[in-house]
Amino acid sequence: MPLPTTDTNAAPKQAPAVRFDGVGVSYFFEGGSYAAIEGVNLSVAAGEFLSIVGPTGCGKTTLLNLTAGLIAPSEGRVEILGAPLADLNASAGYLFQADALFPWKTVLENVAIGLDVAGIAPNEARAKARGWLARVGLGAFADRYPHMLSGGQKKRVALAQVLIRDPEILLMDEPFGPLDAQTRQIMGNLLLNLWHAEKKAVLFVTHDLEEAIALSDRVVVMSAGPNARIIGDWNISLPRPRDTMDVKLAPAFHEIHREIWVRLKEEVEKTYAQTEAAA
Amino acid sequence: MSRAKILALQILVAAIVLLVWHICSTYQFFGRYLLDPFFFSTPVDVAARVFKWFYERTIWWHLAVTLTEALLAFAIGSLAGVGIGFWFARKPVIAAVFDPYVKMINALPRVVLAPIFTLWLGLGIWSKVALGVTLVFFIVFFNVYQGVKEVSPAVLANGRMLGMSERQLLRHVYWPSALSWMFSSLHTSVGFAVVGAVVGEYLGAAAGLGYLIQQAEGVFDVAGVFAGMFVLGVFVVLIDALVSLVERRLLVWQPVAAETGH
Repeated sequence: MPLPTTDTNAAPKQAPAVRFDGVGVSYFFEGGSYAAIEGVNLSVAAGEFLSIVGPTGCGKTTLLNLTAGLIAPSEGRVEILGAPLADLNASAGYLFQADALFPWKTVLENVAIGLDVAGIAPNEARAKARGWLARVGLGAFADRYPHMLSGGQKKRVALAQVLIRDPEILLMDEPFGPLDAQTRQIMGNLLLNLWHAEKKAVLFVTHDLEEAIALSDRVVVMSAGPNARIIGDWNISLPRPRDTMDVKLAPAFHEIHREIWVRLKEEVEKTYAQTEAAA
Repeated sequence: MSRAKILALQILVAAIVLLVWHICSTYQFFGRYLLDPFFFSTPVDVAARVFKWFYERTIWWHLAVTLTEALLAFAIGSLAGVGIGFWFARKPVIAAVFDPYVKMINALPRVVLAPIFTLWLGLGIWSKVALGVTLVFFIVFFNVYQGVKEVSPAVLANGRMLGMSERQLLRHVYWPSALSWMFSSLHTSVGFAVVGAVVGEYLGAAAGLGYLIQQAEGVFDVAGVFAGMFVLGVFVVLIDALVSLVERRLLVWQPVAAETGH
């Protein structure tokens, strides 16, 4: 089922940051197989902020892992900046859902490590890391260890850790999921500010439709798994720059929210029905 | 409870035990001792013996020997444990092949190895070091193995995505994780290094605390046995305090376990 995507009318000279072409991922086990996702066609333009929403277990994270090169597709192909992806995606930064900071390194070392392993001089790496810590509002926390930080502060460090490497593509897997509502709003605005300054292509996975609309240029909805597919693709034409709190008051926000929610609701209910049938 | 109060109570416990011991072993009740001083000695005799050892400076040599043995056992056992633990964890085939042998040797009571080490390495310090090594090695080995195996998959994936090569992953992810597990068992492994040294000395040696205790026991010198045990006990407490100090420095990045004494 071909779906209209924004890049069809975008300038053709630039290759999309990410392109999925008939991608499927199946897991094989003794006596059968399980198709997590299938027939996914998706294209994300350079500098585009795309959110992926869908019911639990629909393979949203699988899409990110494919883009990162952490897993390979069973069928179809994944292209990054016009070239097929064979190994780990060196032009992607990944903000994981779980806490993935190095607990034995200080905040400063955690942020600098991406430059350290790339062979940048330690002094330069630390100077840049301090700059990034200031940008995410943690300038005074350089010498702390991750366990001394709150959940929101850890996410800020993780964001700086990823962005310091200046990736073309930013993958975010429910990054603000465990945070409280107020912190989520603040982190959303921080993310938008950084994104305006750097203009990465962003693939943002979330189960929170409001968050997805408030942040994104485009929202895609995935169907309930197994055999999860993309079943909807909406452009979000709310004006930028946005404030994630204020934008939710706009009538246009409610309109698009209603429109997407109708589609998403069916899938969420499907997932519940499956779970109850299995129980 | 405040630290001073706890310390006061700790001293009180020692005082009560010593007092009961003293009364029961020095005064007769109904014509007999409750604790026969021939078998239990008296606190005064034991204290006099300890004082004599330190006053005549004979104890220092034995302490130095035991400490050297324990340190060597700890160093060699830890190095081997870290090296082999790391190697096994990174090479599952090797781990699978050696698994039954590792379990077999670990199940062996180390005391039965002592005569063999004495035969192989003589009565000097090395047979005691060897005994300590067999104890320390397995503690460190299992911890390092576990530490490498249980690296958080998210942290590992994060390292990969941040551009770490296999070598850099070893240095920045596997290695710190393994060491943190090893450090968390530092008290146990240092304690076992001392146990190995003392047991080895007890079973046949020419110097050391274990030798001192064994010699006293050989002539029914109970005061000597208790004095040796007392010196050993204080020695272990001091070493343990030192380990705590080192631990606090090495594991600054770990959350502190819940404070006691609320």
